[in-house]
Amino acid sequence: MTPILFWGLKAALFLLAVAMLCALARLLIGPTAQDRVIALDCLYINGMLMMLVLGIVYASSVYFEAAMLIALFGFVGSAAMAKFLLRGEVIE
Amino acid sequence: MNDTLAASPLWADIATAVLVVVGASFAAVGSFGLLRMPTFYRRIHAPTLGATLGVWSITLATIIFFSTQGYGLFLHAVLISFFVGLTAPITTIFVMRVALFRDRRKPDPKVPVPPAFGTTPAPAQPPPAEAP
Repeated sequence: MTPILFWGLKAALFLLAVAMLCALARLLIGPTAQDRVIALDCLYINGMLMMLVLGIVYASSVYFEAAMLIALFGFVGSAAMAKFLLRGEVIE
Repeated sequence: MNDTLAASPLWADIATAVLVVVGASFAAVGSFGLLRMPTFYRRIHAPTLGATLGVWSITLATIIFFSTQGYGLFLHAVLISFFVGLTAPITTIFVMRVALFRDRRKPDPKVPVPPAFGTTPAPAQPPPAEAP
């Protein structure tokens, strides 16, 4: 691994950690419930990106499967929470 | 770290590093906007930056990195791009409907009212008297 890729991956992991902290702060201080829903969705996407970057760091494609699962369940969770806020029931 | 890492050419390493840093920067800017914007209706725009350009850049970096490892073309990561590109607008529209629904139940004049179907929004008029 060349130094440019090493430090690029380090910088990307740092930036994604900062992004996840920002989303976590909005999740904690969000004044309304819909703020918390989009903050959790953003947190899911940032975690998925961090999984992809970790897959490059460890040169393993297992992290790719984890990223796929996070993307799938993040969408299902956000849609279920939005449905609950809209109708008061998840499955009617 | 295994030995196959040394097999990737220099241009692939440079392209991977640049794309990963660009994607992570977009995600960081989007999440910072999510934290920084004042109202919900402005706040919902920010994370789409990370959900589109961030995801595309980092999946492209993944494709370039794993395709130059000597195991053939690695195109599975395009699945993530397409999936996130498909579901992020759905989530955004859904949460937007939720916010409008919840805000319209409160008497707040700043919340936009729904326009009438098929017409341009008319100025507010008193409702017609109901015939008994």
